[in-house]
Amino acid sequence: MQVWNQERAVTIVQQLKELPGALLPILHALQEEFGYVDHSVVPAIADALNISKAEVHGTISFYHDFRHAPPGQHILKMCRAEACQSMGCDAVIEHVENRLGAKLGETTADGNFTLDAVYCLGNCALSPAAMLDGKPYGRVSTQVADFLIDDATRRGGQRG
Amino acid sequence: MSVKIFIPCDMAALSVGADAVAKAVEREIQERRLDAVVVRNGSRGMFWLEPLLEVETPKGRVAYGPMTPDAVPSLFEAGLLDGKQHALCLGLTEEIPYLKNQERLTFARCGIVDPLSLSDYISRDGYKGLQNALKMSAEKIVEEVTNSGLRGRGGAGFPTGIKWNTVLKAQGSQKYIVCNADEGDSGTFADRMIMEGDPFVLIEGMTIAGFAVGATQGYIYCRSEYPHAVKTLRRAISIAYENGYLGDNAAGSGKTFDLEVRMGAGAYICGEETSLLESLEGRRGQIRPKPPLPAIEGLFGKPTVVNNVISLATVPIILDKGADHYKNFGMGRSRGTLTIQLAGNIKYGGLVEKAFGLTLRQAIYDFGGGTATGKNLRAVQVGGPLGAYFPEKLLDTPLDYEAFAAKKGLVGHGGVVVFDETVNLAKQARFAMEFCAEESCGKCTPCRIGSTRGVETIDRIIKNEDRTKNLEVLNDLCEVMLDGSLCALGGLTPYPVLSAVEHFPEDFHGTTA
Repeated sequence: MQVWNQERAVTIVQQLKELPGALLPILHALQEEFGYVDHSVVPAIADALNISKAEVHGTISFYHDFRHAPPGQHILKMCRAEACQSMGCDAVIEHVENRLGAKLGETTADGNFTLDAVYCLGNCALSPAAMLDGKPYGRVSTQVADFLIDDATRRGGQRG
Repeated sequence: MSVKIFIPCDMAALSVGADAVAKAVEREIQERRLDAVVVRNGSRGMFWLEPLLEVETPKGRVAYGPMTPDAVPSLFEAGLLDGKQHALCLGLTEEIPYLKNQERLTFARCGIVDPLSLSDYISRDGYKGLQNALKMSAEKIVEEVTNSGLRGRGGAGFPTGIKWNTVLKAQGSQKYIVCNADEGDSGTFADRMIMEGDPFVLIEGMTIAGFAVGATQGYIYCRSEYPHAVKTLRRAISIAYENGYLGDNAAGSGKTFDLEVRMGAGAYICGEETSLLESLEGRRGQIRPKPPLPAIEGLFGKPTVVNNVISLATVPIILDKGADHYKNFGMGRSRGTLTIQLAGNIKYGGLVEKAFGLTLRQAIYDFGGGTATGKNLRAVQVGGPLGAYFPEKLLDTPLDYEAFAAKKGLVGHGGVVVFDETVNLAKQARFAMEFCAEESCGKCTPCRIGSTRGVETIDRIIKNEDRTKNLEVLNDLCEVMLDGSLCALGGLTPYPVLSAVEHFPEDFHGTTA
């Protein structure tokens, strides 16, 4: 993941602006590159797509995916939808929140983990489900969650 | 010829270690200098057996599972390449009752083929439907789909052929085929499985749809929670282009059909078709009032077919085997097969493709084996977060659109989420409202405000503040949401709430809460 680079960001915007309905592909590409969408890019997007800054901002804020600030080193997404609830995801999430000292939607103080809620990963026959740095995990008990966190901590910086 | 060993690359299989098993198998093949190759297939949909390993033998594929990397060496010792006995051996895959008792039409190839092998696809009847379609007029293709009785598998159950006919007849300089792959309902994974396990069937279905209505551009709007599906689809699409199945003169038709995958961004509401179109156009996923129907004014204001993944992936077999073949499965006005997804607290979770008409009880017990925890079943939610909670006494309801509607439930996309006796339905009802509040697009008041008031009201009921009065308020609120919301999110959130109150009143009256 690169640190935000306005010049690079503007290049991405320019590369994708001709796509029909280009805004989401642009936002995804920016987040893929930098881990978040910095507010400073809003005018450039608005300009490239000939829409208002308010429309760009409104779109960014509408979708759960787009981050406004850099995430932690590791991103742990935990499903809290019904199928996972039926297998006790609430207790696992609570355990992880306590362990990390961060609530769903927050990043730990040391910047190691961002903990996110997700509503269904499509792994509902192996609930509770989670995703760590893009890798799926099933039957995530508190023990499995601990293992994943320990393992990611040991691996350190590099995601994925 | 090398012996083929199959290990799924399906996301669910990966989530329980399929990659590590594949690595261990590769290592054994190398160390033992065996003439064998590992093929990464889709999943057969028996998730309690994942990672499932299969080996091709003259008798058919022999299955082993659930695998662990540690068990791999002993498998080779036992004679894996000849399909020999082992503690994890499950016998011939096709003879496993869970699979044998299904009627796999849409999922005929899923879990069998290498998802990215076009030759695998073609050798197993792939592109036969399209070849037939090429010999037919547009009207005839639409008629065939109409006659098959296929109804939208996304949840609404609208007849696919009628939708296509509207788009065919609509005037427009450009028309679109949009595949709704925003499979957000908890307890569902059929779309994901087909996109990861047999992506060409979706590409073929969309191409046929394009030819049928005169659309030259297709988009697959896939949710971002499915990165594996997005990756597989993108690769499959480029393979289809390289081999002349997409683009100008697609499949030698003389017609153009282009296809692109677009990724959602974590908004449940974008599974609603008009929200999805807004999102595809690059805006907030706020719903559009209907009319105009997307079939008349859809993507970029042009006539657009918006169909679910399973609907589109079912089109090739209808065109291949004929409308009558498909129509002969099912019951009443629900024709063909339903891809039932057994999920949550269930012993044998997975995908069951079966003609409409199987009862919920048969699905949960005959296939699913009851709860995973072994405790008593208490509630079942069918149809995702907007589906009703059914108690034990309604389990004999057949899985059929009309039969479920008659019991104030919905089949939806076919997801079945089982809960054992530890579930608290007041809590589940509260979650339904909370989820609606979280995911509401904000366009209409009953949904935007009603859901938040719903959470507050249920909280008061749980705390026993004016319980009787607040239950009345909740009822009123649900009525307003049902009748006054612009789309299914606000309009159906009352289903889980009211069904919880009706069938599990004890959870709202403090006797167990």
